[in-house]
Amino acid sequence: MSDNTSTLRGWLRAEVTTSPRHAALQRFYFGWLRLKGNPLALFGLSVLLFLIVVAILAPVIAPVGFNDQSLTRRLLPPSAEHWFGTDELGRDVFSRIVWGSRITLYISCLVAIIAAPVGLAVGTTAGYFGGWTDTVLMRVNDIFLSFPGLILALAFVAALGPGIENAVIAIALTAWPPIARLARAETLTVRSSDYIAAVRIQGASPARIILKHIVPMCIPSVVVRITLNMAGIILTAAGLGFLGLGAQPPLPEWGAMLSTGRQSMLQAWWLAAIPGLAILTTSLAFNLFGDGLRDVLDPRSE
Amino acid sequence: MTDSTPENAMISVRDLRVSFGSGAGLVHAVDGVSFNVQPGETYGLVGESGCGKSTILRALCGLNPNWSGDVTIGGEAMTPVRTRSFYRRVQMVFQDPYGSLHPRHTVNTTLTEPLKIHGIGDADERITRVLVQVGLGPAFRYRYPHQLSGGQRQRLAIARALILEPQVLLLDEPTSALDVSVQAEILNLLVDLRERLGLTCILVSHDLAVVAHMCDRLGVMNAGKMLEELPVTALEDDSPTHPYTRQLLAASLGYDRRLASTAVEDIEG
Repeated sequence: MSDNTSTLRGWLRAEVTTSPRHAALQRFYFGWLRLKGNPLALFGLSVLLFLIVVAILAPVIAPVGFNDQSLTRRLLPPSAEHWFGTDELGRDVFSRIVWGSRITLYISCLVAIIAAPVGLAVGTTAGYFGGWTDTVLMRVNDIFLSFPGLILALAFVAALGPGIENAVIAIALTAWPPIARLARAETLTVRSSDYIAAVRIQGASPARIILKHIVPMCIPSVVVRITLNMAGIILTAAGLGFLGLGAQPPLPEWGAMLSTGRQSMLQAWWLAAIPGLAILTTSLAFNLFGDGLRDVLDPRSE
Repeated sequence: MTDSTPENAMISVRDLRVSFGSGAGLVHAVDGVSFNVQPGETYGLVGESGCGKSTILRALCGLNPNWSGDVTIGGEAMTPVRTRSFYRRVQMVFQDPYGSLHPRHTVNTTLTEPLKIHGIGDADERITRVLVQVGLGPAFRYRYPHQLSGGQRQRLAIARALILEPQVLLLDEPTSALDVSVQAEILNLLVDLRERLGLTCILVSHDLAVVAHMCDRLGVMNAGKMLEELPVTALEDDSPTHPYTRQLLAASLGYDRRLASTAVEDIEG
């Protein structure tokens, strides 16, 4: 074993871990090995990584700005010069798709960052305390769940006014209830276990028990859930954009592009097809990756 | 027989009652149990599954606040809600080491947590010391529970209970979930630690051999009631008087066809 520890792989596989970081990295490494065995998940992950790279390097990749118009070159079909053709104002669709990836990632990440902690907090609190706390929190949750997501988001955007930030808030409001449900269910299975009893008789406060002992048990399923939900979030964002309540023109949001492309769909198929394909690919990638992540993170598979 | 007066007892339990449910579903899991445990003594609670022995432990350590009666630990009367300092004096080892360790915490995290809760410094030194005490050694410090065997897990659970340096250790069938080959190791470790650290213990078990190995006195329970208390020597010279104790004793000697058939006749009336 000692001759193995000199290499990185040997260090990662070492039977005796020597520091908290070593233990965490080893855990991560074994998770990666498991993910690597799942080609579909790996495909999803590479599409997502590709999307992130495209979003970061948008100024380099896009041939022109997303709002550079040339009215003489309207509605040109895909060609070597304009890979995805041009739209009704003569803007390069490829450039707009590339810039649009930023908006899509911005919306979906922000929604995840807002919805996951809120859902976790509500779900674990309700599950751990039970009784009245549980009843009140879960009935509020039920109220949110009883509306279709897009309708609720529409109502909020209508009240708050259109725009990306408001779309994010509105989508986050529709995204947290399923996560709270999930976190509560996980908490219920965990809270009566002996290891929670053990920290209780060490004198830990309820807040400490929830944050340090229950939340880590819920995080894997929440991460999986939010990854799988990401597709829905992107579709809702695109839906809001399509209805003109999300990102406002001239921002190249994919849903909004799809919506304007619809008007000239019969002469210029690429105007609707290309943004639609982008939305489809991204949500499919999130779904595939989420499925693979579930196999890796499921605590019961260890 | 050891003195069993309540005056100088470490743990004194008077008329303890615990019940679950309500109305027609009301169950008296513990029904008026009384006993005393002297400092440094190990007291065994014996009985079949569901007789209420683990329920007594959970009431004593504060996990179940729904009890009535008088409980004194270390001269201090207990209320259903415990102070933080109480948990430094009384700790518990659970039955199943596969369920009592947080699956996502390393050995280090598991042992640091009680120190953080009580604001105790010198974590490094304490963790190393307690790991050596339970026979694991510092090499185990950054492993996850799934990398440990059953016996190693139970050693870790004992280490977690001991790191706060308690005076009272409650043991809830600490060996029954382990392999037979490991049971003796853990028992010897517990006996050894008890002597070195001067612990007062209550051991809950349905295994008379375990109780005979560890305890000074024992109480025999059935259906939530204490049937009799006797010194552990009584098990050896075969002097228990209560028929239920004699039945337990006979059962612990192994399977006996003749005895089993009479027991079946007894049950069938």
